[in-house]
Amino acid sequence: MRIKNKTIQSIWIPLIAIFLGLLVGAIVMLLSGFNPITNYANLFMGAVGSPNAIGEVLRAATPLMLTGAGFAIANSAGFFNIGLAGQALVGWLASVSFALAFPDWPRIFLLPASIIAGAVAGALWSGIAGYLRAYFGASEVITTIMLNYTALYATNAIIKGMLAKHDNDYSPTVPVAARLRTPFLEHLTQNSTFHWGIILALVAAVFLWWLMKKTTLGFEIRAVGMNPDASRYAGMSTKKTIIAAMLISGALAGLGGAMEGLGDFQNIVVNNALPDIGFDGMSVSLLAGGAPIGIIFSALLFGILKIGGLNISITSTTPSEIVNIVIAAVIFFVGAQYLIRYWFDRSAAARDKKRSAAAVRQEEAEQDSGGKDK
Amino acid sequence: MKFTSKVATVAAVAALTLVLGDCGNSKSSTSGKTDKAHSVALVTDGGGIDDKSFNQSEWEGLQKWGKKHNLVKGVGGYNYAQSNSDADFTPNVNKMIQAKYKTIIGSGYKLEKTIKTAAKQNPKTNFIIIDDVIAAPNVASATFRDNESAFLAGVAAAETTKTNKVGFVGGVHGQVIDRFEAGFRQGVAAVNKNIKVDVKYADSFSKPDVGQALAQAMFNNNEDVIYQAAGGTGAGVFSAAKNAIKSKKVWVIGVDRDQTAEGKYKGGNLTLTSTVKGVDIAVQNLADAAMKDKFPGGKTKVYGLKDNGVRLTRGNMSAKAWAKVQEYKQKIVKGDIKVAERPSELK
Repeated sequence: MRIKNKTIQSIWIPLIAIFLGLLVGAIVMLLSGFNPITNYANLFMGAVGSPNAIGEVLRAATPLMLTGAGFAIANSAGFFNIGLAGQALVGWLASVSFALAFPDWPRIFLLPASIIAGAVAGALWSGIAGYLRAYFGASEVITTIMLNYTALYATNAIIKGMLAKHDNDYSPTVPVAARLRTPFLEHLTQNSTFHWGIILALVAAVFLWWLMKKTTLGFEIRAVGMNPDASRYAGMSTKKTIIAAMLISGALAGLGGAMEGLGDFQNIVVNNALPDIGFDGMSVSLLAGGAPIGIIFSALLFGILKIGGLNISITSTTPSEIVNIVIAAVIFFVGAQYLIRYWFDRSAAARDKKRSAAAVRQEEAEQDSGGKDK
Repeated sequence: MKFTSKVATVAAVAALTLVLGDCGNSKSSTSGKTDKAHSVALVTDGGGIDDKSFNQSEWEGLQKWGKKHNLVKGVGGYNYAQSNSDADFTPNVNKMIQAKYKTIIGSGYKLEKTIKTAAKQNPKTNFIIIDDVIAAPNVASATFRDNESAFLAGVAAAETTKTNKVGFVGGVHGQVIDRFEAGFRQGVAAVNKNIKVDVKYADSFSKPDVGQALAQAMFNNNEDVIYQAAGGTGAGVFSAAKNAIKSKKVWVIGVDRDQTAEGKYKGGNLTLTSTVKGVDIAVQNLADAAMKDKFPGGKTKVYGLKDNGVRLTRGNMSAKAWAKVQEYKQKIVKGDIKVAERPSELK
């Protein structure tokens, strides 16, 4: 009964959060003199109204599933991996550099090798934070934030100094053999940037489920996350587990970056700021409560909001600033779902109390009547 | 029970909101007609249409054009799409195509790849690329000899500096900003070889905080004129100057638009002059051509000092400096001086 309640809650709470977000967004639009119904209809159509739109939504969701899964694994081990963005960026750089370095390789070798290069780079980058945490107790929050900046400026220097040609601020385009976008998919989705990376992202979600539920390492990660002292007492190597969790987390973030490098952009540009997929991946994972299937759906939600949101100001006079407020409101409520959970728990507790009180009264009444019968 | 009642309240508010929503709509209707075959849309490069610079200038040009032809802002008229990140370029362009805008403007060289691909995929749509060249039958390219106006900015800076030290704050290293840097340095050197030019890059077109920090350091180093070619980052150069001017005389040279308004402070104006890039003119000209069904696809128009496509404003320059600027302008227009496009060409 309890378990069933929990499942219902984990579906309802995010839905209510989304609804409240849309509601606040509607009020904002209304106060600024724009029609929320038309705008939400445009958002919806812009996200699922055409093969192109669907392709873009799936493309936007792909890296978020990977970074989201990466965050979930670190989070289970008790870490807040804020470094997803930096890990994704080095993964992006590594995958593009690898593809550019071996342009003559056939597709069956070059594509997987470039993707793996991205994963390895991401893993090594987060491994630094994992190692510092495991052996020196350095807070991963601080080290990963700092590593984000190091990643940003180091990749920019490498792009400008080594990859870019003719004083440009971007690298050449990766060879066809390393591209995740194919003419077939472009044709299928009316020239969207949809690419095969979606399959890898779904596999990653399955991998997350398998790792956490079916393997010893997954069990150890969860145990260390819940109580490191007890885990150590039980004979687990907490240091090894911490580093393993961070390596896998970083590898998934690096894969997210590789999706941008080989899929969406097919090159790497000098970035003004860290890529959005890092912080959005955190939100995706938190919204899903770390559950693999939830990560898939919340990544899709982010894709819908981002791509559909673009459509609002294109098809109406609503300025993009208002659209950004609306989307931020949805994400805010999604993040604030603990509040909704609190309401749920309180009302459930009140119901339980009433029910048990009623049960007691009924029992007493039965006993009383039983006594009379005797 | 309590929870259900809360849900009911929320639902009631929602219903009310939706009802009121219809009232909101009637208020925001705009005047003008639609003309699908001649509609024009702009896709920004991340700076936003309020960047006080490049994107804003294009949008102002497009708005002027739209009003001239009495078109509505929106589908079938003229509009813009804001790119929040580089990942938005392609979806924005594709959504514009699906919304059936006839002519689509890519604002700046960062959209080169996107426009090139989209032009190939959509041969019936017109594309305009600003600040870059794409060879395709349905793309019109507009480039600007920014190095020529930057040369004049260098002359103005050299004529104005009291410390013989001037600064240059660039956005991102690359072909476009290289032209500004090369022209500015050459212009300064043409007037006085002993003036030192301090060149710094913010590595971003949208980070005013970095622009402010760079400019602050330059003013502390006694550089009294800074030329900024950094898009949105340049706003930070102006804030740093407004701080510095409390203790000493400093100047900023604006970029792309006449940035006199950005230099206002209590007691005067610190915008020495601005290099104006005629992106608004270019946008209007190309949109006009499309209006007459004479879109110059496949052609590249280069705007320079000669045709006023780029120019230097009078601003707050001294009469002597302005005369010197005019003198050099003539030399460039006549071809007596060839302005470098890359810093590496300078000695």
